[in-house]
Amino acid sequence: MTEPAITPELVAKHNLTPEEYAHAVAILGRTPSYTELGIFSVMWSEHCSYKNTKPLLKTFPTKSPKILVGAGEENAGIIDIGDGIAIAFKIESHNHPSAVEPFQGATTGVGGIVRDIFTMGARPVCAVNSLRFGELSDPTVRRLFSGVVSGIAHYGNCFGIPTVAGEVYFDKTYQGNPLVNAFCLGVLRHEQITRGAAKGVGNPVFYVGPATGRDGLAGAAFASQDLTEESAEQQRGAVQVGDPFMEKLVCEACLELLATGAVAGMQDMGAAGLTCSTCEMAARASTGIEIELDKVPQRAPNMSSYEIMLSESQERMLIVVHKGREEEVKRIFDKWDLPWSEIGIITDTGHMKVRHGGKLVVDIPAKKIADESPVYQREAVEPAYLKAVRAFRLDGIADTTSPADNLKKLLAWPSIASKNWVYRQYDHQVRDGSVVLPGSDAAVIRIKADSLPVMTAELAAQVAGKPVPDKLIAMTVDCNGGYVYLDPYEGAKSAVAEACRNLACSGALPLGATDNLNMPSPLKPELFWQIKESVRGLAEGCKAFNAPVTGGNCSLYNQSPAGPIDPTPTISVVGLIDKPEHVTTQWFKDAGDAIILLGDAVDTTDPILGLGGSAYLQVIHGQKNGSPPRCDLEVAKTLHTTLIGLIHSGLVKSAHDCSEGGLAVALAESCISQLIARDTPRLIGATIDLSALKDVRLDALLFGETQSRIVISCKAVEAVKVVERAKLMGVPAVQIGKVGGDTLTVKTASGEFSAPLTELHDAWWNSIARAMA
Amino acid sequence: MNFAVLQFPASNCDQDAVHAVRLLGHSARLVWHKDASLGDTDCVIVPGGFSYGDYLRCGAIARFSPVMQAVKQFADNGGLVLGICNGFQVLTEAGLLPGALIRNRDLQFHCENIFLKTATIDSPFTNKIPAGKILRVPIAHGEGCYFADEATLAKLKANNQILWQYCDQDGNLTDSANPNGALQNIAGICNDQRNVAGLMPHPERACETLLGSDDGKWIFESIFAALKNKPVAQAA
Repeated sequence: MTEPAITPELVAKHNLTPEEYAHAVAILGRTPSYTELGIFSVMWSEHCSYKNTKPLLKTFPTKSPKILVGAGEENAGIIDIGDGIAIAFKIESHNHPSAVEPFQGATTGVGGIVRDIFTMGARPVCAVNSLRFGELSDPTVRRLFSGVVSGIAHYGNCFGIPTVAGEVYFDKTYQGNPLVNAFCLGVLRHEQITRGAAKGVGNPVFYVGPATGRDGLAGAAFASQDLTEESAEQQRGAVQVGDPFMEKLVCEACLELLATGAVAGMQDMGAAGLTCSTCEMAARASTGIEIELDKVPQRAPNMSSYEIMLSESQERMLIVVHKGREEEVKRIFDKWDLPWSEIGIITDTGHMKVRHGGKLVVDIPAKKIADESPVYQREAVEPAYLKAVRAFRLDGIADTTSPADNLKKLLAWPSIASKNWVYRQYDHQVRDGSVVLPGSDAAVIRIKADSLPVMTAELAAQVAGKPVPDKLIAMTVDCNGGYVYLDPYEGAKSAVAEACRNLACSGALPLGATDNLNMPSPLKPELFWQIKESVRGLAEGCKAFNAPVTGGNCSLYNQSPAGPIDPTPTISVVGLIDKPEHVTTQWFKDAGDAIILLGDAVDTTDPILGLGGSAYLQVIHGQKNGSPPRCDLEVAKTLHTTLIGLIHSGLVKSAHDCSEGGLAVALAESCISQLIARDTPRLIGATIDLSALKDVRLDALLFGETQSRIVISCKAVEAVKVVERAKLMGVPAVQIGKVGGDTLTVKTASGEFSAPLTELHDAWWNSIARAMA
Repeated sequence: MNFAVLQFPASNCDQDAVHAVRLLGHSARLVWHKDASLGDTDCVIVPGGFSYGDYLRCGAIARFSPVMQAVKQFADNGGLVLGICNGFQVLTEAGLLPGALIRNRDLQFHCENIFLKTATIDSPFTNKIPAGKILRVPIAHGEGCYFADEATLAKLKANNQILWQYCDQDGNLTDSANPNGALQNIAGICNDQRNVAGLMPHPERACETLLGSDDGKWIFESIFAALKNKPVAQAA
């Protein structure tokens, strides 16, 4: 097979700059072969190398005594949760593929992140996702939305992982470029941590999993370009096809194999397939690796070395086995009826060598290509639009005169409305661990002994007689992209604060975080400024809440012909709950209970009173404008620890944070969001009195999004105690009403309004189903 | 009691079934789909999941597996067999239960809690369910719409083989309480010998209050009671 000659055009086609190409030539000491050019192209794509964001990512807090595997070391970070147990988790995007082929794009997004987790030796126990689409009035958006949701459902349900939480936003900024971020969490014992390192010179290298095809060629490179109409058509071949049944087999077989102790290192073939897995494994161990492409199982005839190396066919793993223990691999993979092949060997040359048809087609120093990827300090310039944003005032906007109507409209707004149409399609209870299901502030899962992977005989003997106590893990994923667009720094801080507030409302303290930077092109200084400021906000937020970042994903070039997306740094925070009785949910429990607002009702130092970037301004006034509410991290921290203290004292019956739609939406959701069973919500009303707050606009009071506010309920007799204790901790607290009745009735200085719960529930619960009917 | 929980390659509720049985004080172990013998077993559970990926038709391939031949023999000898979700689909495909499970009427996968009315306590799977008790149990399936021809339905009714039906919280068999369009709101049935049963809902996910409901335990308690009172079937 003759390979094309290397020309400047061919180099440009591979998205390598002339300087990057020159560096590649310098590393090799010669002109690369066509296959090598392809390898440099994917290894140095943003997706694999983080070349535009590396300097920023270094600012994240990444240390804590509980971190066992830190950011950037391996496929996923790992955190100690006590008693010898640890959790591995990570979030990753699949935006570009989902824009082109929503179903397969989403399935392979789930598949990829699940693989990242079991590659670490952990058993995947739950999934979460974060989705963004354009407006549902557009039929194309509805097609993308339903395709992505059914893709996630198909893969997760068949694999057998509960999808326990998530978020979905709809905004026209994502019209041509939806965001699909998938998160997975797994559990393991400390001793079971598996490394993706090609250790042990002379050890054989196994390929396991389905055959390599031409699907997903150079997907990592595709993910690192702007989306254009042309690219969407041309790059369909870059989208992979997911097979959850295969993933289930590969996962079970790998965990079973790890329990034999025969594995020296393991890595999944994700982005950049065989290329990335071989290079990274060798680079991590400072060894070399030699593989024979003729031995790689192939789905299509006459595949070139370029195609085999760059294919992103799914559900494949690369496993380095201790020499002499090859038979164990064969036995286990035969048991699971999975293809396997011994394709190579670990060497001491430091080079990745690839042979095909008897010829040496690749010979690259592995460490150099993995570690010497280009790094760019991009120019950042504050975008001009922010001047107008900061100058925005409420002068031209009349205060509301129809709050009940506004509330209904907000509850029916797809970004706020119940996502039951989405999560009902996901199996969220498989594995017998889902304690708080989707629909509360954060999901809570229970980890039990049989959630852990099978142990080696040695480890089993070591821990025999020491029972594993149940653990409760809470998790959430958050980001208000509109806030971030209007002020990337404050918006990103607010994303972390909201995630941690959601955890606090569930009774959990943060353990760590994983971030997904969904950003436009870093090449435009105004857009890079957004990226830089977002990272600054995330880093400060994570520092403040002791939630070190254990890893994550950067997805750049999220822009379609219609323009760049709002910068959307989604953040998933994972926390621990000490005891089952501390698990708290957002809905009101019993009539007669007192309702207390923790935090200042309105930030009166904000000239636009928390209405900047609010859902209210967007829905009622058609404006996405104004500086978003300021996020004071110290205030937030005090609020969260105070709430946790109250929960630990057994005083809190429900807790729900105020976010999009403000206090009124939080109160309404506390009344209507409990679900007993299909078609059987439990509605419980509330009577609220806010008439003491006289000098503030009604719209800001009801729908403003001032940060650091939580609505809680407690027994009436304990209300005074709760308020006093909160105040003692420095948290403003006031009883604002009581639970009961079948309406939400709110008295304010400018009058009273009341809405029947059945109406509020219908607007909130059925809105998305109606749009999708 | 010894429970055998079948493990097809993509069974994914196998661990959950084992967990529930053990939690309720009995022993359970997994039996690999390539095994032709069930070993020492009092009751077989065919668990939920996607058996062989189910790209063809749920349970269509599983019925040919070696272990299913053993299950058939076990059932023929009077042994108790319970199919949950995908297990119910496998049992209908294998001819151990009448009828079929087809795509949900709205063509979507449904994961949600539903209410179940027990149509008869005259079975090894329902005998301990308190009279009038409405069970709250989760479902999670895309192909759970029970379907059978007129003659089969008539036979099911005549023989009192309908065990559970979807209902509202007051026990009414309404159309809106039916999550998948199943005929007569049928959620679970048994064979005419009453030793093989299948249901779409997941009782093994509802055995702990921590997980929201422990109503599912009544189904397992019924099996324990039946096994206690009946001579043990010979395992194949």
